Amino acid sequence: MKKRPCAVLLALALLLLASVLVSVSLGRYAISPSELVGILRAQLFGGEVYWSPIQQSLLLNHRLPRVAAACLVGACLAAAGASYQSVFQNPIAAPDILGASSGAALGAALAIFLGWDGTALVLSAFLFSLGTVAAVLFIGSRTRGKRTLGLVLAGVMVSSLVSSMTSFIKLVADPEDQLPAITYWLMGSLNGIAPQDLVFAVWPMLAGLVPLLALRWRINVLTLGDQEAQAIGVDARRLRALVVLCATLVTAASVSISGMIGWVGLVIPHFARRIVGSNYRYLLPAGALLGAVFLLWVDDISRNLMATEIPIGILTSFLGAPFFLYLISRGGERI
Amino acid sequence: MSICVDHLSFSYGGGPVLRDVSFCMQEGEFLSVLGPNGVGKSTLFRCMLGQLAPQSGSVTVQGKRIEAIPPRNRARLIAYIPQSHNPVFNFTVRDMVLMGTIAQTGVFSAPGAEQEALAEKTLRQLGIAHLAGCGYASISGGERQLVLIARAIAQQAHILVMDEPTANLDLGNRIRVLRAVRALAQQGYGVIQSTHDPEQAYRYSDRVLALYEGRVLALGTPQSVIDGPLISKLYGEEIQVCSLRDDTVRVCVPAVGCEERKEKPTCENNV
Repeated sequence: MKKRPCAVLLALALLLLASVLVSVSLGRYAISPSELVGILRAQLFGGEVYWSPIQQSLLLNHRLPRVAAACLVGACLAAAGASYQSVFQNPIAAPDILGASSGAALGAALAIFLGWDGTALVLSAFLFSLGTVAAVLFIGSRTRGKRTLGLVLAGVMVSSLVSSMTSFIKLVADPEDQLPAITYWLMGSLNGIAPQDLVFAVWPMLAGLVPLLALRWRINVLTLGDQEAQAIGVDARRLRALVVLCATLVTAASVSISGMIGWVGLVIPHFARRIVGSNYRYLLPAGALLGAVFLLWVDDISRNLMATEIPIGILTSFLGAPFFLYLISRGGERI
Repeated sequence: MSICVDHLSFSYGGGPVLRDVSFCMQEGEFLSVLGPNGVGKSTLFRCMLGQLAPQSGSVTVQGKRIEAIPPRNRARLIAYIPQSHNPVFNFTVRDMVLMGTIAQTGVFSAPGAEQEALAEKTLRQLGIAHLAGCGYASISGGERQLVLIARAIAQQAHILVMDEPTANLDLGNRIRVLRAVRALAQQGYGVIQSTHDPEQAYRYSDRVLALYEGRVLALGTPQSVIDGPLISKLYGEEIQVCSLRDDTVRVCVPAVGCEERKEKPTCENNV
């Protein structure tokens, strides 16, 4: 029984590696595996050049950052979704349950409205995302009754408040260039991710992911509720605060570079649960790996299926929703 | 190992819930707490677990005040066994029991071979080793209750606090769970349970504590506590307590409410 989850994790890691290699070579300018290895080796050690400069620039400035972003965002959203599901003892919790996505949307819309782009836009989305969650946590901590329920309700209301501000910005934005840019950002896309954006986002992602993975066995106990967790010898309140903080950090960092990508954080943890079971010891790494693979594949479709790019957010919903329906309607072990 | 509740009073802010409650429990003892709904049984348990701070009085384990013991150490002294519940996620029985060992490992570590062996042993001890790989959500209520007891044993606590362990269980499961609890008390665990079933308290426990309006109404052997007047007062209804099988069993019978039947309710050995 214990060998199985470990074998699954290994298989998922190999699948991710293979997917990365295939994804890097896919695209309008093909890059073969030998050219990939050659370019990377040349960057580190130098060596004979047998590829075109276009290929090199494309690989280093566009394709690799984009593949890396797809993997990181997918892993982060899945890990955050799984973590929130334990914190809220609720299998339908998703990474935007505390308003991280709607906050990021407002930050991005405001940045586009003010004419910012590049890292300034990413930073604005990130800070607004954190700010929105902070507001939700503050309001949620002041509600009476069950704490997690108060948090969820505060999340719903603050999200809707923040979304109305985003709508207002869309109303007053220049319909010629700003409005399409905002709309496009809201659909979610990994198009045009610059290496420096990735460098900016990777730190909060790691700062959240590493503690989550380190604490993953304890995260199980949060699903039991406070009273049981405390009696077992775990400080449930402190652990929950830490998990919420880490999950929020990775969600904010993800949506600030990718825009709104729905369903990954909800569907992937459930899919992972079907494969390795409910134990977060295996569920969290399996979810992160599956999320990375899933988003990478969807991004490959998004940039290769049609001549113009399909925003990835549309595709994740288009693929994620039916897949989720299949998961919950399929017989066998309950979710 | 013993746990003592000394002149404990508690309120949630309104009127007092517990008033001047005192009793001690020794290891190897099975104590049942009786009392009407809302009398403060769960509150008493949360105070005993150190999860609620009393207004006055104290809870001490081996002479140490419970709130002065760090939570990790506390978990190895006293364990809480909730009613068998519907889990949100379907953990395996093995994982569920392993969670009890969490205070024995570091914050960032997972259970090792030692904890796995302990969980395995505990499952065998309770006769549910065959369920180890099953989903906690897919086993019966009685089996779930045994799993939760196993988790408390794996926690290596010697005082077990059980909140209505047999509520929602059918007769067979009730008997199986109580037999297991009885066996644990004989092995030296101190068990305190709340129950709404005086007959069960009489049959299985060593002592009975009756709580009424937040106070201790009676504390003593089941024979001395469970009788007609006390049970009637406790539940606010006229109840006859009949003794059967040489007083190894006592049955509670409502004295009124069966008037439509011709014969008056009779009780040969009324106590």
